[in-house]
Amino acid sequence: MTALLTGLGRWLLDWLTRMGRANLFLLGLLSALSFLFKRPGLLVKQLYAVGVLSLPIILVSGLFVGMVLGLQGYANLVDFGATSSLGTVVALSLIRELGPVLTALLYAGRAGSALTAEIGLMKATEQLASLQMMAVDPFPRVLAPRFLAGCLAVPLLTAIFTAVGILGGYFVAVIQLGVDGGAFWAQMQAKVLLFEDIINGVLIKSFVFGLLVNWVALFEGYEALPTSEGVSLATTRTVVVSSLAVLGWDFLLTALMFGAW
Amino acid sequence: MRQKNLELMVGLFVMLGLAAFVVLAVKVSDLTRIGENDGYRITARFENIGGLKVKAPVALGGVRVGRVVGIDLDPQSYEAVVTMAIDPRHNRLPTDSSASILTSGLLGEQYVGLEPGGMDSYLSQGGVIRLTQSALVLEKLIGRVLTSVASGDAPKP
Repeated sequence: MTALLTGLGRWLLDWLTRMGRANLFLLGLLSALSFLFKRPGLLVKQLYAVGVLSLPIILVSGLFVGMVLGLQGYANLVDFGATSSLGTVVALSLIRELGPVLTALLYAGRAGSALTAEIGLMKATEQLASLQMMAVDPFPRVLAPRFLAGCLAVPLLTAIFTAVGILGGYFVAVIQLGVDGGAFWAQMQAKVLLFEDIINGVLIKSFVFGLLVNWVALFEGYEALPTSEGVSLATTRTVVVSSLAVLGWDFLLTALMFGAW
Repeated sequence: MRQKNLELMVGLFVMLGLAAFVVLAVKVSDLTRIGENDGYRITARFENIGGLKVKAPVALGGVRVGRVVGIDLDPQSYEAVVTMAIDPRHNRLPTDSSASILTSGLLGEQYVGLEPGGMDSYLSQGGVIRLTQSALVLEKLIGRVLTSVASGDAPKP
């Protein structure tokens, strides 16, 4: 019985110290951001790694998610003779939920895990330690560019995912299934609001998700045990923890933005 | 050269992302319709507005001429006061026009339909439409049919 309580207490204390370290880590990242004004080249290189290289998976997934939404929405709406609302269905589900969430999940798998592995290996091969030996702080030079690049890339990727998804829905609905194209766009424009839907969904949600995923990825890499096992464990944890964080925060943000209370 | 390529790709990526935002704002959202709230305001009083919502379209002869910008309840008469913003291009609505609350299709949204009158004077900012017809409430219709069936005379078509 005491062993159980001790285990619970240790687990809670460990968790709390880890959360505390994660928050200090975030503070360190944020205070190191100003260095990037002096060296924007560092940012460009990371934007290429996390943004440009994530484009293919984002484009293809966005297209297929939009096409599936078009097909499924059509199959359901055709029973009610309401296929002209298909544009609204596709656009709202992509803008409010699927765009930000799926982009963040794909980003966590594609770029977040890579960030963790990179930082973790830098730690395992003592590159971070040797930087510190030379009195170079790894926060502004190594971590902050990756963090800011990720936070900028996720909203951009989300916008691309959503736009491509709506085009995919248009392709299936209007060109394949013969829904009226005018009604498709007109109903969409009548129901999708710029501030309530696009700014809230695509911009704010994806920014929060980008911050979460990059924070988790860099922190897990920075805290990884400097062994090959430690790095692999950290990479797994990045994908699991950031995916769960994205889904949990998505519920909170949806309740705040679109909930009735 | 390699560095330049990399910068070019990043520049393209950022432009693509911003272009996607612009597409979403212009093609998908109501951005192109935000100006509609700037038109002149007219009000109409209804006994019952059914499921009419703010931002519902206002149509004349099926053509969209404005949108509902406010719904309020008059505390004295218990009537619903519907404020509409009408596009300034359509500034020749006769003062005796009538407004009714209609439904587009069987399951569609409700909108305000205007019928032009015959007066020579036109509605302007702050104008009031006096002739109104409330929304058809399905339960009341069914209730009326049921009572007329129960009292013996079949409802006339």
